[in-house]
Amino acid sequence: MLYVEAAEKIYPNGTCALAGLNLEVEEGEIVAVVGGSGCGKSTFLRLAAGLDQPTHGRIRVDGETIVKPHPCVGLIFQEPRLLPWLTVAQNVGFGLAELPREKRERRVADVLRRVGLADYGGRWPRELSGGQAQRVAIARALAPHPKVLLLDEPFSALDAFTRASLHEHLLDLWNAFKPTLVLVTHDVEEAAVLADRVLVMQPNPGRIAASIDVDLARPRDRYGTEIEAMKRRILWALDQSLRRDSGEALAPAAAI
Amino acid sequence: MTAIERFDVAATARDGVGVSATRPSPRKLNRTAVRFLLGIALPIVLAVGWELAVRAGLAEGRLMPPPSRIFETLYALAVTGELWVHIGATLGRVGLGFALGVIGGTLIGALAGASKLAEEILDPSLQGLRAVPSIAWVPLFILWLGIFEESKIALIAVGCFFPIYLGVLGAIQSVDRKTVEVGRIFRLSTPQLVRRILLPAILPAYVVSLRQGLGLGWMFVVAAEFMGASEGLGYLLVDGQQLGKPDQIIAAILTFAILGKITDGLLASASAPFLTWQDAFAARH
Repeated sequence: MLYVEAAEKIYPNGTCALAGLNLEVEEGEIVAVVGGSGCGKSTFLRLAAGLDQPTHGRIRVDGETIVKPHPCVGLIFQEPRLLPWLTVAQNVGFGLAELPREKRERRVADVLRRVGLADYGGRWPRELSGGQAQRVAIARALAPHPKVLLLDEPFSALDAFTRASLHEHLLDLWNAFKPTLVLVTHDVEEAAVLADRVLVMQPNPGRIAASIDVDLARPRDRYGTEIEAMKRRILWALDQSLRRDSGEALAPAAAI
Repeated sequence: MTAIERFDVAATARDGVGVSATRPSPRKLNRTAVRFLLGIALPIVLAVGWELAVRAGLAEGRLMPPPSRIFETLYALAVTGELWVHIGATLGRVGLGFALGVIGGTLIGALAGASKLAEEILDPSLQGLRAVPSIAWVPLFILWLGIFEESKIALIAVGCFFPIYLGVLGAIQSVDRKTVEVGRIFRLSTPQLVRRILLPAILPAYVVSLRQGLGLGWMFVVAAEFMGASEGLGYLLVDGQQLGKPDQIIAAILTFAILGKITDGLLASASAPFLTWQDAFAARH
């Protein structure tokens, strides 16, 4: 579904944010990308979203090379980025302008119901809590039924309880539409609970240091021993990646 | 608990649950009425106090006539139809000058906001011109455009231009890159980006700059009418001074205040339907 072929990104200031990244994500797979700051995970997401162009290599979705934002690819930002002058329903329908009105309204109502905000369509974004606003942002990204959904640390600004409930919402939506998910995160638990595969990236230059398969059945118990073991494994890989990089042990806690 | 406090509590409770009230409820109307009464209490007390002081012989009231004499003058001017001629002349000048200022300020502000090169070429000169006190243009405008309407309207247009230019430029420059990215992700074309993201994003600041521009327009119409006019509210002021009629001066000032308030209110309420989404902080407190 998502093919990354030797993608390299060198910024105008000479920083090599991404050095020859190769990656293949299957249809419906959930991949989490973790890593310290500057490891190129956000750069990778911006390339896959078509917001930036790779310096070398290419990224293909469904056989098509991504050169600009693609209708099959959705992106959820770290902040909700709702448009304050539109109601919740209008925000969710923002990417559906070409659909006929009736179809659009049905689609919006459906997605809003799935994120548990069925009665919130007429509200203004300013009337929402942080978690509600991020749910609206998820609904907005999912409303056009993208085949690939990219998430850039979407839950990092939320408290632990809200985050856990949003994980459930995201998995429900994934069950309903089965999009391919690529989730960039700082949160090792989030990666262990959600992903089929965790990619650990390391900086200078940005590359994949380790790939860990999470072969755990869903639903997963976030407090169970299996998740604990998986978290330790990811943390250990993170620790290794940072050690190798700089020769000194940076605290892996900095990446959580 | 006073009536006003009760209104406050009711308003806070309603807003607290986040009901978006697009239709004014009866309570909201009551609250508006209370606010109106509170707002006019002070001028009424002062006016009645002065009236009583003059009638009781405590003050003379020759240079500062009591309200009754001012309203008499105003009424007399209205009955003879003279007042409406003056109001019409002034309104026409403000309207035309404001329109020109809006067109110029919006176009050049949008140009400078859209293109870095245009901004670098235009903005320093405009900032320099802005530093010139606008009244300083008067002699030049009279030489260029004559003593009649053209020079007056040019002066008002210049006064309206700068706040609108600055407002549009600043609003465009402060549009959040992150919001624009949302438009890019949903593959908006440039015209769609302008219509669906940029225009709504700059509208609040634009309305503020229009209101500032209109306020300056009212200021400059007085200056323009001081430079020689045979009609207009500014003429009434000069005439009142020369003939020693303070009641006429104050009547003209009152008319200015009322007209300024009405036109500003019209502008604000015309834009209100597009701005319901904003945090109505001021309205709640």
